[in-house]
Amino acid sequence: MSAPPSLTTEAWSLQTPMAAALPRILAGIPDHGAMDLDSHTAVHGPLPPDHKRRRRVESPLIGRIERARLGGRGGAGFPTATKLRAVWSARPPARGRAIVVVNAAEGEPASLKDRTLCESLPHLVLDGGELAAQAVGADELIVCVCESASASIRAISAAIAERDRPGGARARVRLVAVPSHYVAGQESALVNHLNGGPAKPTFTPPMIFEQGVRRRPTLVNNAETLAHIALIARHGSDWFRQLGTPAQPGSALITLSGPVAHPGVYEIEHGASLPSLIEAAGGTTAGVRGALLGGYAGSWIGKELMHGLALSNEHLAAHGASLGAGVVLLLSEDACPVAETARVARWLASESTGQCGPCVNGLDALAHTVEEIASGMAASRATQRIARLSSLVRRRGACGHPDGAVNFILSAFETFAPDFQDHARHGRCEACVSAELPLPVRMRDTAAAHELARAS
Amino acid sequence: MSGRLRVNPIACEAHGMCAELLPERITLDEWGYPIVDGERLTPELIDHARRAARACPTFALLLEREEEGA
Repeated sequence: MSAPPSLTTEAWSLQTPMAAALPRILAGIPDHGAMDLDSHTAVHGPLPPDHKRRRRVESPLIGRIERARLGGRGGAGFPTATKLRAVWSARPPARGRAIVVVNAAEGEPASLKDRTLCESLPHLVLDGGELAAQAVGADELIVCVCESASASIRAISAAIAERDRPGGARARVRLVAVPSHYVAGQESALVNHLNGGPAKPTFTPPMIFEQGVRRRPTLVNNAETLAHIALIARHGSDWFRQLGTPAQPGSALITLSGPVAHPGVYEIEHGASLPSLIEAAGGTTAGVRGALLGGYAGSWIGKELMHGLALSNEHLAAHGASLGAGVVLLLSEDACPVAETARVARWLASESTGQCGPCVNGLDALAHTVEEIASGMAASRATQRIARLSSLVRRRGACGHPDGAVNFILSAFETFAPDFQDHARHGRCEACVSAELPLPVRMRDTAAAHELARAS
Repeated sequence: MSGRLRVNPIACEAHGMCAELLPERITLDEWGYPIVDGERLTPELIDHARRAARACPTFALLLEREEEGA
């Protein structure tokens, strides 16, 4: 693919074979604070020009994203080009043009990547948002950031102000803080919140690509997805595909935590091995029991499978796992997987938005049963009870939260079966007191709220 | 005409009328919420399904129409 004529020398240097290497998204990430617009342009080159095209001719960017096989990075991995095309081809109703929403709500407690992007590389996210807005014919861009992420709110506000100059921003851009609940980042919950309702999922239809924010066609994309779009628009799909696997090309941001020397956000090539990621983080600091992939809606991989594990969805599918929103959480040998599962299951039940009966009752009953097993108080048929409850919960909510919670609990049962049997018979173990898996502390970040009040 | 049943789980308040009126296709879980199978309804059940949908106090039971052969 030939480069657009407007690329600067810096951008050209990125077109060399070296440019295919990592880091891509995290290139030039500052140690502290956010990358400003000048540095951002020096690292990545300017935004490619918006080619004038006839009204009903699809943006070439959508074809590029399709050839790049970019999948959404919010967890579901849905093909991004399909999503853009759905919004673009939704006939703009009399209500007005499409709206693009940047989803950086990041309610997953073990994920930090969207927060990292917003607070350190806000212009890459805004580039992607503006490009997506152009591609779908939107004139408004809304950046949704978790209300507890005060540094993200500060950096995005400053970046929006920096771009607010003639020839700067290509769409009206505004920032909205969203509640820091697990389910608040679900697409329909975000749209509901932006429409003045509670940040809770809604029943479909209507589909949000037809009727979303203010009943306009709405595109909701994860912040990392948009950052990749910002690079695909500059370098093309062939460049994107020089890394990764055939089914999942490109790179991904992974939040690695647990007993490693340097937990944090890493950019990997899809298909990179789990041991290489752990090595990049300075190695483990304790023995490891297993790895949770995809966060608290995800699946466990036992220690014996970790060695040869390739981090791409086509490889992980064989183990019933996926990268989800890019979460890799290691559990140390000092922790008790049963107690951890009980703790997280109770939290997942508490994060139900309380709208759907099977979710409210089912997740509570599941958490209760796991707690009984953990303390050795369970009835003899507790395992059957878990299976029964799981089937009563699955696919019976308005959103995917109950399914994700069931997935997490069943995967723990399978991966750590001997531990669960041991607890059912003998009750708590010595390791039960340790609480390793991260759960949020419910505390309203008043500083962030103040920042936002001043910014708007 | 043919159709399938679907529950709006947000609107559903577990009144259980639907399971009374269409026990052939709707059972209740242990908390009283309906379990529908989502399979296509046979023609002889369509009228019963429509009655069940109309009887729901919160309009949470939806009869989604399908053209024949769809």
